[in-house]
Parts: sequence; structure tokens; C-alpha cells
Amino acid sequence: MLILNCPYCGVDAEETELAAGGEAHLKRFGPGSSEDEFHDYLFMRENPKGVHFERWRHSNGCGKWFHAARCTQTLEVFGTYSAQTTEPPKEIREAISAKRPGWAWREYE
Amino acid sequence: MSEPISALNHASYEGIVKVEECGLQGMITLRGDLSDKVLAKAVKDATSQKVPGQREALVNGDTGVCWMSTDELLVLVPYAEVEAKLAAMANALSGTHALAVNVSDARAVFRISGASAREAVGKLAPVELSTEAFQPGQIRRSRLAQVAGAFWMDDAETFRVVCFRSAADYVFKLLKVAAQPGSEVGFY
Repeated sequence: MLILNCPYCGVDAEETELAAGGEAHLKRFGPGSSEDEFHDYLFMRENPKGVHFERWRHSNGCGKWFHAARCTQTLEVFGTYSAQTTEPPKEIREAISAKRPGWAWREYE
Repeated sequence: MSEPISALNHASYEGIVKVEECGLQGMITLRGDLSDKVLAKAVKDATSQKVPGQREALVNGDTGVCWMSTDELLVLVPYAEVEAKLAAMANALSGTHALAVNVSDARAVFRISGASAREAVGKLAPVELSTEAFQPGQIRRSRLAQVAGAFWMDDAETFRVVCFRSAADYVFKLLKVAAQPGSEVGFY
């Protein structure tokens, strides 16, 4: 069972209280972008075994979206953070580096 | 004008705990910047309570205010006063980026009372309800089996549960099963 701490209401919410929102920090390519960019934006997703960044919504709770950094292999949660950011914050990346030296996810490491 | 009736019209059930539908309760959803002074004054005028902190429920009988999220409060007032309180609140907030809506008839409220109240609610919600973790004065929005619900404690043996009116019958049936005689777990 995955338990994530909601950064808005501060509760440790378990999986059934949350709704998964897919990969985090996507850059949108909309009108005016090339077909390749739009294709990649729509369909190409990370599918790592290890460190992963995701969006979650505390749907049966405060209703807010937030980000989570976790390991897909062990379900270890490295941290959760606000949705109002376009990249993983420094303290989250340091927390991951402490436990998974040499990790990489998209352009972040 | 037709006479307003609550979802289950004071239905009740007695098992290991007493489950009652509380009847009509005035409720106002208030959204805005919770640190705003104008908003705090509007809450004070309506309920004589301060703006609650994270997950706080400042409730006295059928009047009070609950923290719903970082930008949302649930204001409780007696059902008969809700229109007047809402008008006063809307007036006070007219120059502020905030929204107050009367949701009284969209909700149902239950009271669960008895020594096993923590157990009855704990069977339905994925929430730590030990005395260390959950106390009167706190509110928790969660789910009750398959539907959204929120609850707080009026005292050490009484819970108040709020859910959508459309799910009132479902929640009442859930609570009845959770309160079946002989179903004490003895965990809390």
C-alpha cells in the first residue's frame, strides 16, 4: 500500500484516498508545435524501474493536486511537494541522491 | 413554500453505537484566501469563531467553522439562519476575491455516539483514529467506503459525519453495518 503525505492538508493519505495523475513535469506542446513534439507530448512517457516523479490528487480529501517522488521498484517514497513548480525542488533531489546515488530521470539527476 | 426535510428525516439506529441523522444543518462553503482579514471577520460575524488552522474544526452545536483545504472553509450555522448569514457574508466579502455558497440542501449530517464510536467510523474510513492521532477539534476529509465524507468529534465519544445528500442512504446503511450488535473489535 502506497502512503503519501499530502503537502496541503498534511495527512498521510493512503492510496485509496488519492487519484493518480500520471507523469510529473510534462511540458505541453500545443498549437504551433511540430507533429513530432506533439506526438511525444501526448504519448511518450517515462516508465522507469526506480526513481519516478508523479502527479497525484488528494481526491477524497482536500482535493488538491501535488507531486510525489517515489521508487517504482520498492514503493519507497522520497517525498511529496507542491504542484506549483515546474521541476523537482532541491531538497527532494537531495533526498533521492542520499538513497539512490547516481539516479537519473529525464533531464534531472 | 414547501417544507424542507433532511435526507433521511432523523432516521436512527442503535447498535454498538447510536447512529442518528441530525436533520437539517445550515452549511456555507466559503472559498478564498484564508489569511485575508475581511474573510476572517466575515467568519467571526457568522459563527463567532476564528479562522481555523490546518484540519481544525471549531464547532459548537450547530454553529462553527471547519477547515476543508488551504482555500476552503465549511461554515456551519443553524438551518433557519443560513440565508441571512449568507447574505451578510456575501455583503462583507463583496470587495474580496472570495466565494460563499449555501450548500445546506446538498449535504447530510450524521451523529455517531457511544463508547465504540471510534471503531464504527474506523471501519469505514482509511484514517488513523487512535486517541493520540484524532481528537475533538480536528476534522478529517476522507472517504466512507466508496463515497467522500468528512468527520469531526464533538466530544470523546461522539462523531459528526458529513456526506453528500445523494449518498445519505448509502452512508446510513454503512454506519448501520459498522454499528451492528456484537461487532466490537476492541482495537481503539
